[in-house]
Amino acid sequence: MSMAAQKVETEHTTKTVTGNCGANTVLPDDRGYYGGFGGRFVPETIMPALEELIDAYRHFRDDSDFRQELHYYLQHYVGRPSPLYFARGLTEYLGGARIYLKREDLNHTGAHKINNTVGQVLLARRMGKKRIIAETGAGQHGVATATVAAMFDLQCAIYMGEEDIRRQSLNVFRMRLLGAEVVPVTSGSRTLKDAMNEAMRDWVTNIDDTYYLIGSVAGPHPYPYLVRDFQKVIGEEARRQIVEQAGRLPDYVVACVGGGSNAMGIFFPFIEDDGVNLIGVEAAGHGLDTDLHSATLSKGRPGVLHGSLSYLLQDGDGQVIPVHSISAGLDYPGVGPEHSYLKDSGRAVYVSATDREALDAFKILCRTEGIIPALESAHALAGVARLAPKLSRDEIIIVNLSGRGDKDVHTVAEELGVSLNE
Amino acid sequence: MNKNNLNSRIALALQETLLRAEKGLIPYIMAGDPDLDTTIELAVAMAQAGADVLELGVPFSDPVADGPAIQAAAQRSLAAGTKLKDILEAVEEIRMRSDIPLVLMTYYNPVYQYGVKQFINDATRVGVNGLIVPDLPPEESVELLQAGDDCGMDLIPLVTPNTPARRLEMIARQARGFVYCVSVTGVTGERNRIATGLPAMTSAVRRFTTLPVAVGFGISSPEQAVETARFCDAVVVGSALVKTVAKQAGSSELVPAVARQVRELKDALIGREVKKIDAAI
Repeated sequence: MSMAAQKVETEHTTKTVTGNCGANTVLPDDRGYYGGFGGRFVPETIMPALEELIDAYRHFRDDSDFRQELHYYLQHYVGRPSPLYFARGLTEYLGGARIYLKREDLNHTGAHKINNTVGQVLLARRMGKKRIIAETGAGQHGVATATVAAMFDLQCAIYMGEEDIRRQSLNVFRMRLLGAEVVPVTSGSRTLKDAMNEAMRDWVTNIDDTYYLIGSVAGPHPYPYLVRDFQKVIGEEARRQIVEQAGRLPDYVVACVGGGSNAMGIFFPFIEDDGVNLIGVEAAGHGLDTDLHSATLSKGRPGVLHGSLSYLLQDGDGQVIPVHSISAGLDYPGVGPEHSYLKDSGRAVYVSATDREALDAFKILCRTEGIIPALESAHALAGVARLAPKLSRDEIIIVNLSGRGDKDVHTVAEELGVSLNE
Repeated sequence: MNKNNLNSRIALALQETLLRAEKGLIPYIMAGDPDLDTTIELAVAMAQAGADVLELGVPFSDPVADGPAIQAAAQRSLAAGTKLKDILEAVEEIRMRSDIPLVLMTYYNPVYQYGVKQFINDATRVGVNGLIVPDLPPEESVELLQAGDDCGMDLIPLVTPNTPARRLEMIARQARGFVYCVSVTGVTGERNRIATGLPAMTSAVRRFTTLPVAVGFGISSPEQAVETARFCDAVVVGSALVKTVAKQAGSSELVPAVARQVRELKDALIGREVKKIDAAI
């Protein structure tokens, strides 16, 4: 066991998975493509801003002041490293593989989103931007963006679908407390997709002084690359921690996938570890055989939305179709282009969990571990609940517990027929 | 110099307006708003009212470059069940009644789903002369440009006030038909005043191409059209017409009202150069 651990440690320290934007064989290439997916499908107004962003990040990525400042805030403000916790109760309950939780729910603001917003806001400051805009679904990215904007005294506008504002009133209030303007989006399906449309329209209009802080590994190049870079700390820590605790790499890494940033963050450092199975869990809503799901990789086909070519839920005429999930953070018809690449190359496998399965997993984690997970993360747990019993006690699963569930208690109460307003 | 203006019907039509001492008018309406039969009637009426090139919008569920008026028009068109293949059939009917050069403005995904080559073939066959794809910068347009060149379909590029000279040159060199200058950084829609950087932008574009230069986004009144036309060869008017369509939907006044608006815009653009010379004398 210790020899295996030693071998892994050696591999870990010598490996150079850097994702240096085309500087080596790691994707994306110079045009922002991951195999056949990615690119920059945006109005011309945005192109110079994307080039400015690429240049700025290329410069600051390896700048020691930038790295130190990022490290400082991740450690002292976000609270990193987040624990990797052996979930004894859940493991015993499911009766199979040993399950470890990567506790991103313990980060400041309660989810993995803050890793990325801290990184991007430090970049935006160095680029001299005075105004930050962002889209949000569940509100976690909006809160994480409003948080860093407050810390650095930047003007902040968060676009959020009217339907999501209703579902996530707690997060809306948090954002307003933090000094952000929450702009309700009433177009289209009034959810994350439409919030992103409206944020892009704002950016096109205020391109000179505004920084668009995208919250997922979606959007035009360089965002999928940038966000992966700021989220891969999850997987880097988890890889180190599992070797310390279990003496070897895991057999499975499981994460939920909406746009896919928490999944990309934990998958990426394991991509070259052939023995590690990467499993993404999408939202099956009411079921994949209904119209009410948001399982893009399972049921979509390649198309262009929000600046990149990736799998997309659309009709035969290329119109994006309405999607559904109990979880506002997974309620998105697109997915980050690198996930499309990982699916087609077979390196990652994408399954799905229904609203019902996610709710069951939500309750199981509450009872077995005393942890209330976000409904997004509950989808990953639902995947684990199906997988773990089929495996032996010798096998190891790491699941990314991407966020905490406080924001979802109203939704869950509603689903369970409980009124909280008495 | 750019060889691609020689065979372009769109470029020729706009150059001819200059010979008549006029500036070109390019009206935009959303195909299928309120329905495709009306679109056909509107197109024919706008051609008769003096339009030089027609621009038909293809509805898309997520139009990130459009303001509220055109977003709403796209929603109405999609709600009416408009499909891309039906729009091509409507173009075929327009072609039986008018030979005005015709441009489709479409986001990329509907074209991508149709199949790029198949779409160019079918669109050319029914008589579409050009395409504007607002979410397809030159870096991503290689396949569409090549397919278009093979069939004589113009891919008309957009340039914006923040486009740096290096990009301007690249865009102008691969432009076909005309160069579409976006007057402001922003989405489509009416605005109160003309952008101050416009003269510099259009003259910068002309350094790299002899193709006609058109300006759009935010032009609604005849006065704004005249003011803008001082710096370019043609103006695009969209949201103002789309609003008239919305307001008159279901009324027998719809087609005459839009035609009247186009006539007023075009009248303002006729003989301006001559009048200016007269005034100077």
